[in-house]
Amino acid sequence: MKNPLLFASTVTFAVFAQADEVQVAVAANFTAPMQQIAAQFEKDSGHKATLAFGATGKFYAQIINGAPFEILLSADDETPAKLEKEGLGVAGSRYTYAIGTLVLWSANPTLVDARGEILKTGNFKHLALANPKTASYGTAAVEALNKLGLLNSLQSRFVQGENISQTQQFIMSGNAELGFVALSQVYKDGKIAGGSAWIVPANLYQPIQQDAVLLSKGKDKPAAVALLAYLKGDKAKAIIKSYGYELR
Amino acid sequence: MESSDLGAVWLTLKLATIVTVLLLIIGTPIAWWLARTRSAFKGMVGAIVALPLVLPPTVLGFYLLITMGPNGPVGQLTQSLGLGLLPFTFPGLVIASVFYSLPFAVQPIQNAFEAIGERPLEVAATLRASPWDTFWSVAVPLAKPGFVSGAILGFAHTVGEFGIVLMIGGNIPDKTRVVSVQIYDHVEALEYTQAHWLAGGMVLFSFLVLLGLYTFNPARRKTL
Repeated sequence: MKNPLLFASTVTFAVFAQADEVQVAVAANFTAPMQQIAAQFEKDSGHKATLAFGATGKFYAQIINGAPFEILLSADDETPAKLEKEGLGVAGSRYTYAIGTLVLWSANPTLVDARGEILKTGNFKHLALANPKTASYGTAAVEALNKLGLLNSLQSRFVQGENISQTQQFIMSGNAELGFVALSQVYKDGKIAGGSAWIVPANLYQPIQQDAVLLSKGKDKPAAVALLAYLKGDKAKAIIKSYGYELR
Repeated sequence: MESSDLGAVWLTLKLATIVTVLLLIIGTPIAWWLARTRSAFKGMVGAIVALPLVLPPTVLGFYLLITMGPNGPVGQLTQSLGLGLLPFTFPGLVIASVFYSLPFAVQPIQNAFEAIGERPLEVAATLRASPWDTFWSVAVPLAKPGFVSGAILGFAHTVGEFGIVLMIGGNIPDKTRVVSVQIYDHVEALEYTQAHWLAGGMVLFSFLVLLGLYTFNPARRKTL
C-alpha cells in the first residue's frame, strides 16, 4: 500500500469493524432470551449489543422521533412493516424471529386450572394484562377474552401494565392474583417455572408473530447486520425455543 | 376530548382535593411540632418528611407496592381489617400521594409558624389563653399565607404526580388513570392530538396556579 494515510485509515476501520456496537430495541417479552443471546453473540463475534427493553408501541414512537436504535425486535409483525413502509426500516430485512404464546398465569400454584375455568368462576379481584393499545400480548389477551365472551364481565377487574414485564411484576408481587403474560416469561427448560398457568389455545387470538427489522440507522453497521444474522443461527434458535417460542 | 379524558381530569381533581385536605390535617401538627420543638429528633423528623423531595418516585412506588402487597406488612394489615389490598385502588393512590406531597404542604406551614416567633404566643399566654386557643386564635391566622401556599403546592404537586401512580395504579379508568398517566398512554399510542389537549391543559393549569401563588401571596417569598 503506497498511501500511508489510506493504510492507516483502513487499519483503523478494520479495528472498529471488529469491535462494533449495536443498539437494539427489544420487546419486553423477549428480555430473558435476548440477554442470553446477546451474551453469546458478544462472545462469538466480539461485537457489543446494547439492549433496551420495553413495549413495542413505545419503541415505535421513539424510533419515528429519531431514537438511535439499529435493530427492532418487535412483539408484533405490524410495527416492523410500518417502519419499513415509512423508510425507517431497511427493505427486505424483516423476518419472524419468534412466534409468541399467550398464557394466563398466577404466582399462586393452585389458582389457575388447566382449562382456564377460573376466568368464568371469577374468583379473583384483579386481572393483569399489558396495555392493549401498545403491547401485542395485551391485544391478544383482549382478543381471547372477547372470543370467550368474557370481555365485558371482566373488564372492570383489569389492571394494565405499561408493558408485559410490569404486568408480570403485578402478578408476581401478588397485587394481581392472575393475569395474561407471555409464555416466555414463566417458562424454563420445557415447563412452567412456578405458579400455575393455562396456556391460552392458539385459536382464541391472532398468532403473535414477532418480527425483527434492521432500522435505517443500522444499515451500514457491521454489528447490526451480524446480530441479525446471528439471530437466525442455530445457537440463537435453540435459546429462543427453550423459552417456549415457536419458530418458523 | 374523549370521555376517558374527562374521566381522567375528574379523577385527578378528586384525588388532589382529597389529598390536599388530608395534607392539611396531617401536615399541620407535624409542621407545628417541627416549628416549636427543641427535641433532638427534630432533624430526623424533618429529614424524613423531606425525603420525597429528593427520592425518585420509583423508589416510593417500589416500596409502596411491596409493603401494600399481600406479603407486605401494610397489605397484611389492610387484609386482616377486611379492606383488601391497596394497590390498584383509589384509596391506595390517596395514601401514596399524601406521602409524596407531604413536604410540599409541611414546609411552607412550618416556615410560617416559625416566622411568628415566641412573642405573640407569650402575649396570648399572659392573657390566659389556653395553648389550644392560642394555636387557633393566634398561630393559625398569623400563619395563613403558609397554609395557602402549602395547600396550593400540595394540590398542584398531586396533580403533577406520575411515577408512583404508574407503578401502583394499574391504569384503571375512573379509579387510577389520572391525567398524567392518560397523557403517557396517548403519547405511547401516538395519539398526539389528544395528548396535546391534556398536556397543554396541564401546562396552563400549572402556570396559573404558580402565577396565583406568586401574585396574590407575596408572603410566600418569605416563607419558602
